[in-house]
Parts: sequence; structure tokens; C-alpha cells
Amino acid sequence: MLRIPCPHCGVRDYTEFRYAGDASKSRPSLEITDVKTWHDHVFLFDNPKGMHQEYWQHVQGCRQWLVLERDTSTNTVSRAWFAREGKSS
Amino acid sequence: MTVTRLTKGGRIDRSTTLQFQLEGRRFSGFLGDTLASALLANGIRVFGRSFKYHRPRGVLASGIQEPNALMTVGTGSRRTPNLPATSVELFDGLVCERQNGWPSVDFDIGSVFGLFARFLSAGFYYKTFMGPTRGSWMFYERWIRRAAGLGRATHEPDSARYDHRHQHTDVLVIGSGPAGLAAALAAGRAGGRVLLVEQDSMAGGSLLDSPIETDDDQLRSALLTQLAALPTVQILTHTSVFGLYDGLAAGMVERRPVIEGVSAPSEVLHIVRANQIIHATGALEQPLLFGNNDRPGVMLAGAVRTHLHRYALRLGDEVVVVTNHDSAWATAFDLADAGARVTIVDERAVPSADLLQGAKDRAIAVRVHTVATRALGSNGVKALEVRDAQSGAVARIACDLVAMSGGWIPTVQLTTHGGVRTVFNPTLGVHVAGPMAPGQSIAGAASGDPTDPLAQGHAVGVCAAQALGFSADAGVAPVSAWSSVPLMTARTAPSLPTQSKVFIDFQSDVTLSDMHVSLEDGFESPEHLKRYTALGMATDQGKSSHYNGLMTLSALRGQGMGALGTTTHRPPYTPVTVGALAGRSVGLHFRATRRTPMHEWHMANGVRMIEAGPWLRPWYYRWAGADVGSAYIEEMRVVRSRVGLSDVSSLGKIELTGPDVGIFLDRVYVNGFSSLAVGKARYGVMLNDDGTVLDDGTTARLGEHRYFLTTTTAQAGEVMSWLEFLMQTVWPDLRVQAVSVTDRWAAMSLAGPYARDVLARALPEIDVSNAALPHMGVIERRIGEMPVRIGRLSFSGELAYEVYVPADYGVGMWEHLLAVGADVGIRPYGLEALASLRIEKGHVAGIELDHRNTLRDLGLAKMGSRTKPYIGRALSERSELVDAERWSLVGLDLVEPDGKLRGGAILFAKDEPIQGHGRGYITSVTWSTVHERLIALALYRGGLNHVGEEIVCAYPLRGEQVRARVVSPMFIDPAGERLHA
Repeated sequence: MLRIPCPHCGVRDYTEFRYAGDASKSRPSLEITDVKTWHDHVFLFDNPKGMHQEYWQHVQGCRQWLVLERDTSTNTVSRAWFAREGKSS
Repeated sequence: MTVTRLTKGGRIDRSTTLQFQLEGRRFSGFLGDTLASALLANGIRVFGRSFKYHRPRGVLASGIQEPNALMTVGTGSRRTPNLPATSVELFDGLVCERQNGWPSVDFDIGSVFGLFARFLSAGFYYKTFMGPTRGSWMFYERWIRRAAGLGRATHEPDSARYDHRHQHTDVLVIGSGPAGLAAALAAGRAGGRVLLVEQDSMAGGSLLDSPIETDDDQLRSALLTQLAALPTVQILTHTSVFGLYDGLAAGMVERRPVIEGVSAPSEVLHIVRANQIIHATGALEQPLLFGNNDRPGVMLAGAVRTHLHRYALRLGDEVVVVTNHDSAWATAFDLADAGARVTIVDERAVPSADLLQGAKDRAIAVRVHTVATRALGSNGVKALEVRDAQSGAVARIACDLVAMSGGWIPTVQLTTHGGVRTVFNPTLGVHVAGPMAPGQSIAGAASGDPTDPLAQGHAVGVCAAQALGFSADAGVAPVSAWSSVPLMTARTAPSLPTQSKVFIDFQSDVTLSDMHVSLEDGFESPEHLKRYTALGMATDQGKSSHYNGLMTLSALRGQGMGALGTTTHRPPYTPVTVGALAGRSVGLHFRATRRTPMHEWHMANGVRMIEAGPWLRPWYYRWAGADVGSAYIEEMRVVRSRVGLSDVSSLGKIELTGPDVGIFLDRVYVNGFSSLAVGKARYGVMLNDDGTVLDDGTTARLGEHRYFLTTTTAQAGEVMSWLEFLMQTVWPDLRVQAVSVTDRWAAMSLAGPYARDVLARALPEIDVSNAALPHMGVIERRIGEMPVRIGRLSFSGELAYEVYVPADYGVGMWEHLLAVGADVGIRPYGLEALASLRIEKGHVAGIELDHRNTLRDLGLAKMGSRTKPYIGRALSERSELVDAERWSLVGLDLVEPDGKLRGGAILFAKDEPIQGHGRGYITSVTWSTVHERLIALALYRGGLNHVGEEIVCAYPLRGEQVRARVVSPMFIDPAGERLHA
């Protein structure tokens, strides 16, 4: 049971959250109409072993979108912060 | 096996007799017995037939380790198969049966002829399914299904109750042997909350295997008394930890004793989140490998001793104890003291002088440097054949019980779940847990450390508490004159005779020769061997077979245990019933059910409900017909000719406020919303990033900075989450707030030619004339205390209004509209008619919005703005998605009068062979009350370019092919005259 330290609600089971993938990538601006740029953003993902920044939303709690720093090899979460605060705070 | 119940001793209550039944025969036992000990005391020797070979099997082990004596307990809806009789506590009225015997367990045809053995050798399933004999499976299946297997489950719904309990603790101690008790005591005294979990019915672990009133027993009582005095320590017996998960979470099942007449949960699934976990899980004794080592009467030495001291059962009069290390000698001594004639056969040349003296004192015959080669006797052991390792001389020792011990292995399954790899310890000759993961520690026999488990337990208990900041005085480690810890003696490779079947995995019926076959077939690694032979894959999860398998493989391959590697242990450590996992989430409580504010009215007025995601929505009403097929058509007619009222409260509703809502919606929707006038609504479509359609719905502008967005019922949660993502992570600079108000508002759709007439008379305070409220107009008013929102929105293509009132006013408004409209024949209509009306109008809905279709595919390309960017626009321009030959939405008219259009039918051009994926498929079908025939919406390659062409709709599941004509998907009112009326 992965436990997630929600900065608003405290440590909670991951079952209260939804996972939404890599948070380290920069989302292209809507002004960009280049198909390849969007293709790479939407479809290409790294599958890193080790530290991974990823989006989670506390859907059954404060509904805040969070960025988690999780080690994919040990499944330990080292940090979590509100996604609205930016990539790394 | 000659079983004698001793007149004193044991942990049974001889004053409480319990009655129970085995296959209709009545027996009695004592409180404190297991089902196994009670049956043994009653003379039962054969507890079941083996999985493949149907060999008679007795009790091998004690507790949860037992692979053989699996029984079915209970009857009817409370029937539970495959329970180890050694771990079932006897209760009054217990009913049980043995398994896998045909015609009976005592006389089984399969075993007489060894009928099934040749079909079920190692790799049987692989060879049968993958080789040239694949077809033969059809032939053999019937027989094999009857022959192979374990107990049968019931087909009745389970009437037992189950519960879930979530717990938090500072320190979780798994196992209540000496190490676990000492650890719990130390951590508890230091100030931490402690949960001590024991799978047995009593705490004590190995201390329970010693006679009562000895030092061990007194130590146990003393430790339990001290623990009971600590309010922060909770002891949970009858509870198996079946898995450890990330975040130091443990899954465990508590089996509640059956109490007559009390309807309590029979099992409780505990999900425990701990801050520290201490593993004190002990060790498991392993069988020796010799011919017929599965005969009833061949048991593990430790289990023989457990039955002697705990259940006061002397399981044999003439006993051979066969071993390769010290611990089994204690069993020999205790049996001799209890009056049995005992012979010890030890593989070692020179056992210690103390042991030899102890044997001599008890007149026990000792054969050293001797190994067992095979057991003799069919339904029960009659003799053990042994061979002198030096001279090779073979001898037979008559006996009625063989107590064997091949050594003990640390129980490291749970530490493996917890992410700790096992490493081979050459000194001990076993795998032990490697360096522990953060937050976990291990003590006692489980650690492989043979020194004092009390001191070890105390030390890890103090450490665990300190790590959490608990520093009260933990006292000193308990001290005992130690006698009963299982000895982690070095194990030697098993001897490998071949003259009769040598069982490695008793429950999966894997023999030594199966391992040879596996190696010959090239499946040599432990992982391959396991899958090829099913070694260690039965319900006991290899507790008495996994290690012998590894050692045998090591010997056969001539490769050291360290280099060989091992398989990974995964949950569950002990079997878990599906009932326990489900808990109370069964039947109606399987998941949350959402009801609309008008639910009770529907129920009282002849509705048939249908599930729509978590919602219960009116499907159709009985006023219109007895079944859905006739009712929805009648309901459609009312809407088209008069007026109908439908509950649409389940639509997702999101209130958006802030100065930047318009900009936000412009980016989210393909069409523009900042230009929307206050008091107007607009149909909008939003895309996924990949350019497919995510959802559609109408959004109204209620004020300068206030919008009211609706979503489909199915996507409500998804859309809300998506909007939150965009607001919080992508454009946090936009000044927008979004609140889900789905449950806040009751919503109803009033549709049909008389809709305005009814609405105007129902709400005379509000001007709903065509001038005041034109198509796509929205007004917000207050009638007395009640806010009301009315939008002139139509899903059906009729003159229609959506009326929103706060949920509490829902039924009142619903009944009011029906009452006012009674004179023009208003009727409620359900989801089936709603969905059919939209098909006639050519509106797409959930089935077309399946996240695979683009705006173009759905005929909505014109909606996409060319002047502003929006989400999904870039990728919707991918060449494959704009290909003119891609499928898109069309209408289909049935050409044949007797044919049937079916959803899912595959579409082909007229003279094309009917094969492959075709050119598209039918998404939605309905009876058209306007056209009086079946019509359909479909996705067809090239779409409306093919209007007028005749195509073929194939439905291979029913062998049907019908002809249809491609038409516009708008079957009624293409000019929108009804809408704007």
C-alpha cells in the first residue's frame, strides 16, 4: 500500500488518489500546432528506474493535484508538493 | 498409526466435549482440539486423496504448514473447501468431508490403477496445450477435471459475513513465539503502540510445543501476563498475515471462532499500516526425501511432538524418528517418555554424546550413518526401510509411525514481500533474509540466528521503538533456561533413491522423477522448474516443498545453493477467502449507488431502473408497456406527439466562476465560449490531448463571470478531474474556480410539442415565450425561496426545456409539472426512450464518444474553431485522422422489411466478401416512431460520401446479414423547425 504524504491532508493510502503520469515533462503551449511536438508529449514516455516526478490527484480528499517524487525501484515517496507551485519547490 | 489420547497433559479441555461429523459419521473431540487432532484421536488415518495420483494421504504437519489433510468444512452456503485440518479449530456441530476421492476417499479407483499418472507428469499442461497433441485436451479434459483437483466450492451465495478493519500501529510484531513476545514487550514498555499478530489460536509459538507446566510454559505465561498489563499492546490471535505491501502495510485475515446462534463476521480482513515491522515468524520444518514419504503415518517430527504435548496424542506405539540433525531427537525422547518404543535413524555418523546418552537412558535404539530409503505399507506405514550409508546394508524397521525431520528453514516469505531478498547462508545451509529494508527487523528462528530468541526479540523491540522516538525504559530481556527453539542445523542434500515415488511437493504431487523430467526437458532454473512442474504452487505455497525442491535441483545440477538462486515469494502467504477480500462490498454494496432526487417517486410509480455507471436511472415506466421493447416506443410516441418528462439529474454539473472562465473554456472546448452572451447556452465538445473526443454537453453563461457546465453522466468525474488538472497545473495563472454541483441540482427534461404550454402554466411567474426564451436561451429566477434555472435545450430534437431546481425541490417540481401537464397527456419517460429519441435526431452519445473518434468522425468538424487554439487540436490534424477514407458517422436505413439491425454489426460494401474488420460498425439502433422502421447510427469508412449506397450489416455471432442504405444521421427535422418552434 503506497502511502502518499498529501501536503494538505497528511499521509494517506494511494487508493484515495489517481495517478496521472510523468510530471517532469513540459507541456507544449496550446499555440504550438506542430504535430510532432504534441505527439512526443502525449505518446512518448521514459520508464526510469529510480527517481520519478509524477502527477497524482487526491480525488477522495482535497482534490489537489500533486507532484510526487517517487523512487520507482523501491516505491518510496521522498517528497510531495502542490502541482500549482511548479515543477520543484 | 496407533493413536492414544493421553489421560493428562496437553492444552485441551477434557471437560468440554465437542460433537462433530465427518461424512455423516459422528465423532467427538475436546475444546482445544484441531479438526486434525480430533479425527486422529477418533482413528481416522486417511484425510484425503492426493491431487494427481489419488494416493491416500494423512496428516504431515501441524498448523498452516499442512499440505495433505485438506478438508471441506461446512455445508450449503457455508461450505469452505481446502482447509488444512491442522489449522481448523474444532467447534461443536462442525461438519466436514474429505476431498478428491472417487468413489470415496477410502476406496479410490484412480489410485488403484494409477490411472491418471501418465497424463499428469511434469509439463503436462505445456505439452498438451502447445505441442501437436493440443487436440487431445478435448478428449481428456472430462476425465482429468474429475480426477485432478482439490475440494469443490459451493455454488450458493456465501451466507457468511465478512468485515474489513483498518488499523494503524507503531510497531507490528508478526509471530508470538519467544522472539515475538520479547519484542512486543520491549516495544510496548518503551511506549509504542504494539500490535502482536499470531496465526495460531493461542499466542506462544514454539513455546506451545513443550509440555505444560515446564519452564517454557511458565515463560509463556509470564510474558503474556506482562504484555496484558501494557494498555498499548494489542494481541490478535487467529490472524494470519498474508502479505506485506509498500508503505509497511500488512494484509491479515482474522478467523473468528464460530459461536452458535451469533451472527458475527466469520472473517475480518485487517489492513494495518505500521511504522515499524518486526518479523518473528519462526521456522518451518522440512520433510526428508525417501520412497513413499507421503504415506499416512509419515509425519514431520515437530508435528508429532506438537500433537503429543498440545493435544495429548501419542500418534504411534512403535516409532522411527529419522533425521539428519539434533532437533528431532527431542521428539524421540518425548515419545519414549510417553511410552512409545522408539528407534532413531540419523544420517550423521556421530551425533553428540549428550543425545546418545539421552537415547540410552530411554532405551531408544539408535542407528547412525543411516538413511531412510522407503516407507512400506499402503494406507498406512508398516515399516521403514533404511540403508547403512557405509556398508550399504538394507534393513526394515517395523513401525506404525515415522517422524521425520530434514531440518528447519527460516520463514522469510513475508520479509520477501517487504522487499528483502534472501541470501544463502552456507554455515546454516539455508536461505536467510538479507539486509532488512528500512522500518523492518527480524528476530528469532526467522532470522536464522540460533542464539537466544528472547534477547534478540528484546533488542529489535527496543530498536524499533527508539526509531520512532519512544524511549521509556524497556526493561531487560527475559531470561530462560532455553530448551525448545528449533535448531537451524546445517542441512545436507537429500538422498536420491528412485525405486518408488519420492514426493517433493505433497500437495501438487510433484515427485523426484518429475524433477528429472523437467531437467531433461530443459527447464532447469528454479523459476522454470516451478512453472513446469507446479512445485510449490499449491495452496500451501511450498511451505514444506519449496526448499526440498531447491536442494534437489542443486544436487541434480551439481550447482551450489548460493549460485542456484531461488524463486520469489509473493502474497498470499496463507490462502485468503474471496469473501474476506470482498468484505461487505457484496450485492448492492459492491460499489456505491447514486440515486437521483426523484428516485423514490420513480420507484413508487412503476419504473424499471437501469444502472448507468454508479447511477440508477429510470429505464422505462410500466405505464408504457410491460417490457422495455414495447415501453420505450410508447414513451417515444408521447414525446414526439405530446409531452414527456425525463429525469436527467445524473448529468455532471460544474459551476465555474472567475474573470477568466471564458478564456479557460475557449481552451478546453473546440468551440468558443468567451463570446457566449449572458443568458445563453451553447453545445460544446472537448477533446483529449490526442485529438479524440473526450465529452460533450451544454454550457450556459449565467453571469459575466459565472458559467454552468454540464457533462455526460459517464464522464462527469473524468471531466471534473481534467478541468482541475488544467487549472492547477497548466494554467494556474487563470482566475477560475470550479465546483462540482452534480448532487446539488435536480434536473428534468420537459420535451414535446406541448412542452412550452405545460411550462408556462406550471410556472406562470416566468415568461417562457419564444421571444423571452428562444432556443438555447437560459434564464435563472427565484420562485419564492426556490431558485430555478431553465434552459431551452433539446437532446431529442423536440421543443424541450431542461429545468433545474435544488435537489430538495426535485420531487416537488417533478410532480408539479406532471400535474399541470396531465390534461395534455404528459408522461414520464426513461433512459431507453431518451437514447432512442437522440438517435432519431442524429445526436452522438456515450457509445459514439468512446475516446477513439474525432470531431470529424462524428460529423462535428464544423464545430472546431479555426481562429483559436484548443486542447487536442494539434493531434486531431494527424494525417491518419483526417484521411477522407476514415470512418465517420452515418445513418442506416434498413432495406429488408424482416431484417434486424443490431448494435455491433460489422459493415461491408455490397459485393464485398464478409471477412475481416469490415468498413465500420453499427453503434446505436432504435425503432423510429417517425419512420416506423429500424434505424441506426454507424461509423462507416468514407462516411456521408456513400449516402444512398446499399451496404451489408453482418452479425456473425448470429449468422445474420442484412442490407441497409447509408443515409444522413439526422432522421427527423433536419431544418430544426421543431427545435425553434
